[in-house]
Amino acid sequence: MRSSISDYGAWLLQRIWLPLTVALIILILFAAFVALIGQSPAEVSGLLYQGGFGSAFAWQNTLLRASPLILTGLAVAIPAQAGMVMIGAEGALALGALAGAVGGIALQGAAPHVVQAGVLLAGMLCGAVWVGLSGWLRNYRGVNETISSLLFSYIGIALLNYFVEGPLKDPDSLNKPSTRPIGDNNMIGNLPGMDVHYGLLIGVLFALISWIVLTFTTSGFSLRLIGGNVRAAQMAGLRVGLWVTGAAAMGGAAAGLAGAIEVAAVQGSANASVVSGYGYTGILVAFMARQNALAVIPVAILIGGLEAAGGMLQRRLDVPDAVVLVLQGIAFVVIIASETLRGRQLFRLTPVAAKAGGAA
Amino acid sequence: MTGSGLGLWGIPLEVLAGAIRVSTPYLLVSLGECITEKSGRINLGLEGVLVMGAMAGYATSLASGSPWLGVLAAGLVGALFGLLHGLLCSMPRVNDIAIGISIMLLGIGLAFLLGKPLIQPQAPTLGAIPFGFWSDSPQIRSALQINPLFLLGVLLAFVLHYAFRYTRWGMRLRIVGDSEDAARALGYPVLPTRISATMLGGFLAGIGGAFLSLYYPGSWNEGLSSGQGIIAVALVIFARWEPLRCLWASLLFGAAGALGPALQSIGITSAYYLLNAAPYFLTLAILIATCAPNRTLQGAPGELSLVR
Amino acid sequence: MSKAKFSASRRRFMQTAGAAVAMTALGPLSFKQAQAAGKYTIGVVYVGSRSDYGYNQSHAEAAASLKKMPGLKVVEEEKVPETVAVQKTMEAMINEDGAKMVFATSFGYFNPHVLKMAAKYPAVHFAHCGGLWTDKDPKNISSFFGYIDECEYLSGIVAAHASKSKKLGFIAAKPIPQVLRNINAFTLGAQSIDPSITTHVIFTGDWSLPVKEAEAANSLIDQGCDVLTCHVDGPKVIVETAEKRGVYTCGYHANQASLAPKGYLTGAEWNWATPYKILTDAAVAGKAPVNFLRGGLKEGFVKMSPYGKAVSDKAKKMADGAKAGMMKGDFVIFKGPLKDNAGKVAVAEGVKLGQQDPVLEQMNYLVAGVVGKI
Repeated sequence: MRSSISDYGAWLLQRIWLPLTVALIILILFAAFVALIGQSPAEVSGLLYQGGFGSAFAWQNTLLRASPLILTGLAVAIPAQAGMVMIGAEGALALGALAGAVGGIALQGAAPHVVQAGVLLAGMLCGAVWVGLSGWLRNYRGVNETISSLLFSYIGIALLNYFVEGPLKDPDSLNKPSTRPIGDNNMIGNLPGMDVHYGLLIGVLFALISWIVLTFTTSGFSLRLIGGNVRAAQMAGLRVGLWVTGAAAMGGAAAGLAGAIEVAAVQGSANASVVSGYGYTGILVAFMARQNALAVIPVAILIGGLEAAGGMLQRRLDVPDAVVLVLQGIAFVVIIASETLRGRQLFRLTPVAAKAGGAA
Repeated sequence: MTGSGLGLWGIPLEVLAGAIRVSTPYLLVSLGECITEKSGRINLGLEGVLVMGAMAGYATSLASGSPWLGVLAAGLVGALFGLLHGLLCSMPRVNDIAIGISIMLLGIGLAFLLGKPLIQPQAPTLGAIPFGFWSDSPQIRSALQINPLFLLGVLLAFVLHYAFRYTRWGMRLRIVGDSEDAARALGYPVLPTRISATMLGGFLAGIGGAFLSLYYPGSWNEGLSSGQGIIAVALVIFARWEPLRCLWASLLFGAAGALGPALQSIGITSAYYLLNAAPYFLTLAILIATCAPNRTLQGAPGELSLVR
Repeated sequence: MSKAKFSASRRRFMQTAGAAVAMTALGPLSFKQAQAAGKYTIGVVYVGSRSDYGYNQSHAEAAASLKKMPGLKVVEEEKVPETVAVQKTMEAMINEDGAKMVFATSFGYFNPHVLKMAAKYPAVHFAHCGGLWTDKDPKNISSFFGYIDECEYLSGIVAAHASKSKKLGFIAAKPIPQVLRNINAFTLGAQSIDPSITTHVIFTGDWSLPVKEAEAANSLIDQGCDVLTCHVDGPKVIVETAEKRGVYTCGYHANQASLAPKGYLTGAEWNWATPYKILTDAAVAGKAPVNFLRGGLKEGFVKMSPYGKAVSDKAKKMADGAKAGMMKGDFVIFKGPLKDNAGKVAVAEGVKLGQQDPVLEQMNYLVAGVVGKI
């Protein structure tokens, strides 16, 4: 395991060169695919770079798209520390948005900062309860958390739709059924000098704090112990149920927060538009980051960049969105498969990765 | 009620008919995934394989005029994707869940891209066996129009149930899935077994896709699958890796899904979002009721990364 | 980690970094191409696939008609969700492609996304489909829409003639005003022939759910409905299911006659090319945007599918008669006394709501004779 600063340097470098080598493989594969559909590989790679990272505008575009993905990535990565595969972030995000909007409406008249805090806290709490339930059910009823989180996710989305088109519908929202707005003056603004809202900062902070707690504190150690071997953890005197439920709830809080930020920084109210796949993309983010809370940030930015660049590909080359999907598919397959390129396993971050490593 | 409507009596018939019509993709995909998971791997990418199969089946049927050729093509394309998953996951340190998710995206992207010219044309679709010939009621006749793929799925569930228990193939699959060390000690080839199990899973998922595009609803478009592949994977866990339970789970899921539209057709339209979520509520409720902390691992292959 | 390995990784890092720089150099190459010849650039944003054989395709066809106009360049992006993604897509069209006009084709784009971007880019002309522009909103927005309920009314007339059971089926995505107006117009059209006719509604909950749409079609047919129509993004599955079960259909968005040679009666189709041309011509000429643009059959914003084989001469005569009134502009679909299906008065006696009346765009009831609740 890691012991000194220089080890960290090496670890960081591997974190950098491996992705870049992988990017090159991806480009080659993509060039082949692009040539196959009759486009110029050079032009496509140029556009990809330009659209995702080629200008200040492109960077802000990328960061804005990455911002919810950091949180939904954490929604998967944090429970994974305790050995859980949670795939229900989409529903927790939906309910987080709903709870955030309800909180914001309830606090109408209070100072904007109070309303904002209320929106975010309500979203976090609701997400925490929703995914925490899956963790609790796993421990106390033995219900597999992957399937229960998926089912809870679908139910959460149905609940959001039910409430925004039913009891909580703002009659003025007409063709886009929504809750009442939380108010323009209560919206979360942009970071100074940027066209990216504070949600990005919140996500990055969430990731940083999670990483520090998971890496350097006994809490993180306890979780990994549980993830690695439940019986050993029990013998060590850990209250497994509490830890498992807590890790699930923290993941849910991240997803709920993502939903609340969508309300407070983008939509202004809760509606079906917040259900746009961030939760599912988060699964991918977490796995590509090997469930490392810190690595979630660059991976989310990479995917955000691919999405921003995908738009430019569509516009410049007049290709359908499916071309972008294929590109993403190729990229993700290569990135995940590149795990095998790692010279040796530097550390066992997650029981999931460790298990896969052991099984292969 | 006026006219020839069935009114309230239509509900049970609708639910039955819905169970038969809607359950087949769940059934085929979950049986395929069951085989894959028995070998110790999980392929979360079957949603993409299903969509790819639906597109390939429709395209082949359109080009050749034979929907059954389309079914075969869908299966083969599915097997190809299974092979890709199986090979990639055989490399050290490659996570099967993550590869599955990326293959899902790749499959969906390819299917959408190649399927663009297939949205408007009408391909020949699969027929059905009219088991309702004895009835005068058009509703009953329609409900008992049963597609051979459904029957195939039911048959397969029983065959697999038997095969997992009593054949050498089933035994080998289970040992490979339960303990790699034991399989090695017995001289069973671990990786080839897993790769072929994943291919077989992909084959069935591809056929499940062909059912969607070539029978019900019998058309190709990009919204065709609304997560049937993902749900089917979850149903395997729900069914505790038992093919027969996969069958019941799929039927239950299909029936619960038919409840919403059936109730709405007689005017019960309030809270339809919640009605439409009935399959999820029901599955979750059964799951909670039937699980117990000490029974989690029942039936779970020991090498499966998802369940430990 | 050893020193040797460290430097190896470092070397490789430099190589890949070099590759990245090379790629940057390639960038401007393609940029030049996009700025070609000082054309007037128009961006079009779709929420779904441009080839969905439904709503999005109807807009893509209008965009294609713009491409044929000289001096115009059209950039398109599909499957853009109603999140920050659409804001950034519109901004990218403006910043990266030099678009001076943007068509945002999904209703959900309006608030807050189009409103926000229009305020941020006052020199760019934003054309939004379906929105209700008000005086408070930025002046550089045009909201356009078509009175497709006129076609629904005519479809209702034709459906009433074809139906034997006097029960019609309507499969809709969500109970929003645009959809409710269609359901009501369809029902009123049918009731103008036979007041006892009922319309049974199923809401699927989303715009594209083929399996659920097929289930809904089967349920309605089992309940005795013998003419189906719909308001979902892609009607293909519903039209095909109806044809298989031997009942009639009226299409939506586009002409689906080829999918159901026996049962396709007629259908309500968009003709977005008309508003696209009006708005684009004005924008290119530098005129101030028309903020509120609407039109029906008369203005050529919508059209009817040609009558199918199963449509009787009597039905054609009745429908054509109503259509002539609409073309003249004096036909009123929603006029009092009109009750909703809960028995409350929806339009008071003596009140005539002309097509342009904005009250109709806030419709929140189903008229008497529609079976179903919102």
